Amino acid sequence: MALTFDATLIRMDDFRLIADWQIGKGERVAILGPSGAGKSTLLMALAGFVPLSAGRITWEGQDISRLPPDRRPVAMLFQDQNLFPHLTVGQNVGLGLSPRLRPDARQRSRVAQALAQVGLQGMEARRPAQLSGGQQGRVALARALLQDRPVLALDEPFAALGPAMKADMLDLVTKLAGERIVLMVTHDPADARRLAGQTVVVSDGMAHPPAPTARLLDNPPPALRAYLG
Amino acid sequence: MAGRVVALIVTLLTLGPLALVAWRAEGGWGADWPALRFTVTQAAVSAGLSVLLAVPVARALARRRFRGRGALIALLGAPFLLPVIVAVLGLLAVFGRSGLLNGALGVAGLPNVQIYGLHGVVLAHVFLNMPLAVRLILQGWQAIPSERFRLALSLGFGPRDIARHLERPMLREVLPGTAVVIFAICLTSFAVALTLGGGPRATTVELAIYQALRFQFDLGRTASLAALQCLICAAAVLLAMRLSVPPGFGKGLDRVVAFAPPGWRRIADALVLMLATLFIASPLAMIAARGLPGMMDLPQAVWAAAGRSVLVALGSTALTVAAALALAGGGRGMGLMATLPLAASSLVMGTGLFIAIWPFIAPERVALPVTLLVNAVLALPFAYRILAPAMGALRADYGPLADTLGLRGMSRLRWLVLPRLRRPLGFAAGVTAALSMGDLGVIALFAAPDGPTLPLLVQQLMGAYRMEQAAAAALLLVLLSFGLFLLFDWGGRRGSDL
Repeated sequence: MALTFDATLIRMDDFRLIADWQIGKGERVAILGPSGAGKSTLLMALAGFVPLSAGRITWEGQDISRLPPDRRPVAMLFQDQNLFPHLTVGQNVGLGLSPRLRPDARQRSRVAQALAQVGLQGMEARRPAQLSGGQQGRVALARALLQDRPVLALDEPFAALGPAMKADMLDLVTKLAGERIVLMVTHDPADARRLAGQTVVVSDGMAHPPAPTARLLDNPPPALRAYLG
Repeated sequence: MAGRVVALIVTLLTLGPLALVAWRAEGGWGADWPALRFTVTQAAVSAGLSVLLAVPVARALARRRFRGRGALIALLGAPFLLPVIVAVLGLLAVFGRSGLLNGALGVAGLPNVQIYGLHGVVLAHVFLNMPLAVRLILQGWQAIPSERFRLALSLGFGPRDIARHLERPMLREVLPGTAVVIFAICLTSFAVALTLGGGPRATTVELAIYQALRFQFDLGRTASLAALQCLICAAAVLLAMRLSVPPGFGKGLDRVVAFAPPGWRRIADALVLMLATLFIASPLAMIAARGLPGMMDLPQAVWAAAGRSVLVALGSTALTVAAALALAGGGRGMGLMATLPLAASSLVMGTGLFIAIWPFIAPERVALPVTLLVNAVLALPFAYRILAPAMGALRADYGPLADTLGLRGMSRLRWLVLPRLRRPLGFAAGVTAALSMGDLGVIALFAAPDGPTLPLLVQQLMGAYRMEQAAAAALLLVLLSFGLFLLFDWGGRRGSDL
């Protein structure tokens, strides 16, 4: 198994979250649950922004729970603030290659290629403010792809988009993620279905082990049923 | 990392002199009671009067909308950046022996007023600090939610009820902090006491330090006075920490509160604003009027002094902004480090550095580097308070993203901090440059007679009664101070709207 939450405990004041399960390469995993249950917190712990109180997170057997965020095998899309508004689209995507941001010809062409993959060819010189919300999401996705990390973590980055646009983005993610693990926080069961893999239900201080999404949603356990209503 | 190094240096520079001073104050620990009494008295009276006079001005500004309101609020920011020596010259031109006021009194056949001594010192301090008080109190007014004013009006409250239920509770919160800030500023008054005070009955401790070192060269007495000044400043800072001190540089002063009573209150507000404008603007106008004729043939010495001052100002600006940035980017506890210099005073730091340096090197040879360093340290709290909130917001908004992308060190500075913090950086640099440009403190302790900065030269010209040259040099000084401020501030604003 590639990514392992090994008896991890996150504790902040009177909040507790336990996770103890594994995910294999290339899996698509939705993280579903009521707000405040700790979906985002789980992702933040994986990305290195929330410390573990116990247990560890490993990638291919190596403990990554003490590494700084940029040394972890995770590319992250946040809920908002995914782009630096003062940098151009090209620069924002280029940051996925190197924080020094002095691209040579080869890096430039990789940026162009990544932008083309998300359907934004030739938009390097624009500023984020000149793009629509959907386009901004695509730019962030292009950068995450260039980062070339084996785990792509999405913390509801498309929540502000309309349903059709969101569905398009999810399809794009699924198509482009390839062998990467995709972990996506959502509060919308339709998103989980669209991702068409497994689902981790987070509720009552517990991130339950992943189970196939379709079966889970068709026949929900009590905790999930309470949330779905 | 950089934050910790800067914190260490700042601590060393503020506390180090204390240690040296304590060590040199051999047996000479006797307190100078007259100086202590005068220092505390003038600071208390200045703070009280500034706040008292500021309340009606702030109220009028808060509730009236008129043409030139923005300009008036901007004018209120001017005295904070005005070189103290220039303010003194301007006040002399209005209230001095042959000033406007006495001219008018003479025509009316009334006796002259005297500007020297306690009331002169207080007058100057009120001129310099009342505008600051107005701005702080105005923020308090605007912090009252407009819903509350509307609710009060819908309940049929009159101006008295509004004062009782809305305004006075706010003032009780804001006034003590405002007064203590001004009290602390006036405790370290040197240039004002040097020019308008003096004599045994009007000498501040800072001035006494200068006299003991410069005229008597009595290191023991200098050191014991410096120790006394330290205690005073520490007490003021402790006092300020117990009260909630309002944040210094508010934004959004352009809002008008939803309550503007008509009738005589309207006329009173107009009168208050006119008097305040007259009080602030007339000394400034007199500087321009008296300085202009001499501007054409300024002596070479003035230009040389101006050059020295600009170099010192630019140097301390670079140091202060870099240090403030490092501290603002550092972790917890850095805020305390950045406010530490508030407890220091120019002359105390100067005395400490003098004691450290003079066995090895003639102090006048390092006058400019020492001034640069002391100015940089003293401006640090202001620069920090401008930058820290912006830095905090930047960290909250873009910190996680920058961390996942591995943006740190120079890359983070280049691609995230500098572009996003352009505006506060420009403002902080402008404030620092203007403060340093106008500083008349430690330089008086160190400078050789032939190597003054511009403020010191203005003071020397005044002392020699060459008033026309002094006025012209003062005008140049104020142009350079405000010019540097506007230049940096403009540089920060330009292209920062992304």
